[in-house]
Formats: sequence, structure tokens, C-alpha cells
Amino acid sequence: MDLSVTLHGQTHDLVLKNPVLTASGTFGCGLEFAPYGDLKSLGGIVVKGISLKPRDGNACPRIVETTGGMLNAVGLQNDGVEDFCIAKLPLLPWRETAVIVNIYASSVEEFAALAARLNGEEGVAALEVNVSCPNVSCGGVLFGQDPALAAAVTAAVRKAAPSKHVMVKLSPNVTDIAGIAKSVEGAGADSISCINTLLGMGLDLRSRRPILVNVVGGLSGPAIKPVALRCVWQTALAVRIPVVGVGGIVNSVDALEFILAGAHAVQVGTGNFMRPNCAFTLAANLPAVCAEYGVKSLEALRNSNFENAPVQGVCVDLSERS
Amino acid sequence: MSDVACCRLPVLGITPFNPVNGDTRFFVLRLPRPSEPAWWRWRPGQFVMLRPDSFGLELPWGRPFCICHVTDGCLICFFQVLGRGTRRIAAIKPGDMVSLWGPLGNGFAMEADTPTLLLAGGMGIAPFVGYVNVHPKIWNVTMLFGHREIQEYYPVNNINEFIPLDGFLEHGPEDLQLFVDTVHERMRLCAEQKGLVLACGPLPFLRTVRDFARALKVRTQLSLESVMACGVGACLGCVTKTDQTWPVPEKRGRPVQICRDGPVFWADQVVI
Repeated sequence: MDLSVTLHGQTHDLVLKNPVLTASGTFGCGLEFAPYGDLKSLGGIVVKGISLKPRDGNACPRIVETTGGMLNAVGLQNDGVEDFCIAKLPLLPWRETAVIVNIYASSVEEFAALAARLNGEEGVAALEVNVSCPNVSCGGVLFGQDPALAAAVTAAVRKAAPSKHVMVKLSPNVTDIAGIAKSVEGAGADSISCINTLLGMGLDLRSRRPILVNVVGGLSGPAIKPVALRCVWQTALAVRIPVVGVGGIVNSVDALEFILAGAHAVQVGTGNFMRPNCAFTLAANLPAVCAEYGVKSLEALRNSNFENAPVQGVCVDLSERS
Repeated sequence: MSDVACCRLPVLGITPFNPVNGDTRFFVLRLPRPSEPAWWRWRPGQFVMLRPDSFGLELPWGRPFCICHVTDGCLICFFQVLGRGTRRIAAIKPGDMVSLWGPLGNGFAMEADTPTLLLAGGMGIAPFVGYVNVHPKIWNVTMLFGHREIQEYYPVNNINEFIPLDGFLEHGPEDLQLFVDTVHERMRLCAEQKGLVLACGPLPFLRTVRDFARALKVRTQLSLESVMACGVGACLGCVTKTDQTWPVPEKRGRPVQICRDGPVFWADQVVI
């Protein structure tokens, strides 16, 4: 069975040898996981979010395990774009598998500068734009929570990186994810990945204090999978560009559920922490699981039109489609 | 590192450590020694990530366990039940499956001919079991052990086989002061001998050792402990800041991962 996927973008296509990518922030720059599997066996590697200048991130504790997931407020610690391009990218197998760079900035101009720097890197197949970050010039409003701001960032990256596929990673912490999706599609995004983490918090009753120094953090892991499936479904219905599903995927069945919901590809995130070979195993098992569930092609699965045939006994009202 | 793998193994045995009055908080866990070549080069002070199948989806993270010792057929860890993860690990049975990846991190310095002082606080005794087992000139090694529980809770016999262990049971502030004073005196002697000090234990203990190391100018390594999600350098949950003496200039004053760059650090190179 051919598991290759092409994310047909408005400007650039992104060809993946299979639909299994890693999620930004959970796979380092990729090299950390090389001992646990063949990086070339993945459909793509989405590297840890990168900013124009090095960032130290937040104080510790900045991660905490929760039931079925984890909270993180790492604060995008990274060594900056120059370090990535010089020290890390050359070591990645970018000729054999797609390297997608997640980018983070605090202004539209900074996003553009970062995108322009990466546009010239042959080893970078695509940019994933993290719009779940505060816009310092607009009082800290998250780019991804405002359709106009999200569109402005997308357009700036699109213009600054004319030779790259531009994927925009959406936040679930919005009222209408489909509206944001349409905005970034209108601004030139080639694809959309969703979801980023859900905002949450953890408290310690003994100390009467928050567990994270940052108080709030992003929730990820299996606990958020139902939210992610819903967001992928709503987004895929709203836009024509491909959608990449992220959120609580830890095995091949999870991955196929996201494709059923409308995703063209998936990203494995917190699962990489559960076992460092999680993404590799998932990719290797995908053909067998497709056979087990009678999946003839990923495209056919995606076009299953499942909303018209609810499973008996599942008490979810799917009639209120936006 | 390319031969480090993630494998699933059956637990060989899990034993409460000398239970007194039915108290079972301290355990010895025995696993088959993984077959990967990295295990022939393991170093005392390295650790493993361990995640039993029984964690299911409920507890996503593995747990970092210091390697207590590795024999020809067996990997031995020593742990104390502290939270829901270790409580669940304590409940696993022989034959239950665990995922394990390692050996991880760097391990302690080992200089055969250098007088070496081992300083352990509580659970910090664990890596020194392996250390005294593999040290080629054990007569150069001495050890102090401060602890709040009686010695029967700790693997002291495995140390005493090789070197005399000076234990300090802490009942109150005066006991702690005696231990701290003894640590200082022994570190002073070690400094005179141009020796090496290795410490593992709670953070306040390590800070005291760090202060003494600075004042006495004795080469000292500290094994840092931290919450970790992955153990391989990706989650960035276990960072500590480097000092201006860090060997990589561009990393000075910046965070480094305890799992990847440690867990053992030279005392003058990190801020704790």
C-alpha cells in the first residue's frame, strides 16, 4: 500500500513518504531520537520551535505530568535560527525526509525576518508557523486568536519565504477554529496543522501553589485527542488546503482516526515522551493497521463521509455542523 | 549513543528493601540486562528511563531511575515510593513488562589513582553501589552517607563489601550539623590530597557540598536530580543554568539539560 502523501498547497506542495510527522517541541531537533529509530523512515520531522535569537525559556518547574497528558510552559527555549542552520540542519537526513521548521516570533516583522532567513536553506522543506504566541506590539494578544492577526503573520511569512511550503499551526484556544483556518488560508497558507496545546493549569494542594512557575501551560497528550479530532474535523470542512492532525496521537489507530476526521497527515507529540521510538513504531505499524481495518487508501479513508453514518450507541450529536 | 535503544523487558523481581514494621517505601528492582552494546560501557551515575505497561495512557511519562548496578545478567535500580508513578512501579510483579531506554547521561568521573571521596545523602547512595563495584583501585575510595531513615532501608551492605561506609543518621539539627562538619573536614583532607569529590543527594545537600568545594578548591562533581518527561534531551523540562566556567562559551549562563548534559556536573560549572 502506498502511504505517500502530497500536501497540495496554494503555492508549494509538500511531498511526504508517509503521513507520520513528529510534533514540534516533542522531538528536539530530531537528532535526540536518532538512537531509537531511523529518522528517514518518518514522513517528516517537525523540529522544536525556533526563534530569531536564542531564548532561555521559563523557570522550572515548567513541565508537569497530568492524567493522560502533560502541561508545559517551557517558554520556547531554543538556540536560535543561526545555530539551527549551522549546527543541526546539516546533520539531519533532509534529502531523504522532509524537515519542517516550526517558527516562533513576537511580531509580524520578526516572523518575516525568520522566514526570510530559512527561505534560503535547501534542507528546509517547509515552515510551520506557530501563531500561538503573543504579539508584543498588540498588548500580548495571541496571533492565533485573532483572524486578522493570524492572516497578517501568514501573509508575512508567505511573502518572506516564497520558496517554502507554509504550514500554519492553529491554537484550539479559540471560539471558532474554522474562522481562523479560513483566514490563514485566505492569506496564503499552504496547509494547516492543528491543534497546538490547550491552555491549562495544575495546582498543588499541600503548598497551595501552582505547580508551574508560569502558573498556566499547554496541555498535550492522549487527554486532548477528542478536542483535536473535533478541531481537525471542523477545520477540514472549512478549508480546501490540507490539514495535519496533532493531539494525543500515540499509535496507528489514533493516526487513522485523524485521517478519518479529515487530516492528510498527522504529528506525533507527547507520545515521543512515552517511548522514544513511538513515532517510528507508529509509522512502521501503519500498513498492518490499515490492513486490519480494511483501509485501502488514506484518501479513501479521509473521504469516508462518516458524519452521515453515526456509530450505534455513540451519544454524540454530529448534526450541529458549522 | 547510536546503540542505545528502547526495549520492552519483563521484570525479574521487585523486592521491598528490608521492610521494618511493614513499611514498604524502598525497593530494589531487577530487570534483565538489555543486550544493546551500550550496556557494556555503562558508567556509574548514568540513569535509565523506565515505564511499565501498567501506566497505560494515564501516566504518559517514564520515570528516571539512577542505575544502582549492572551485573552480567541483571540491571538493578533502587527507588523510594514518592508519587503515583513510583507507587505504581512498586506494585508491578515479576514478568510484568516495562519499556526501558538507556543508559542515559554522562556518569561520574573515575580516576583510579586519585583519592576519591563519595558523599551520599539518602537515596543518593544508589549510584555509588555500582561505583564501588567497578572502581579498579577501591582502596583510594572513601564514603560518607547521611540519611534520615535507618540504614536497613538502604543498600549499605553492597557498599560495605568494598569500602567502610561512615553513616550519619539524622534525627535532629545537631545530627545534621555533625554530618555537615564531617563532610567539610573530609573534603578539606581530600583537597590536600588533590583528590576528587563526588556527591549525590537532595539539592540542599548538594548546595552545601558546592559551597565547600568552592571554599576548599577541591574538584567536585554533583549528580543533579530533576523531573523528566523524556530523558533524551527533548522535553526541556530538566534544565539547569550553566556558570561562566562552562566549557562551551556560547552556552555560558544558559540552560542545559540535566538528562543530556548531566546528570553529573562539575560543581563550579552549574548554578544550583
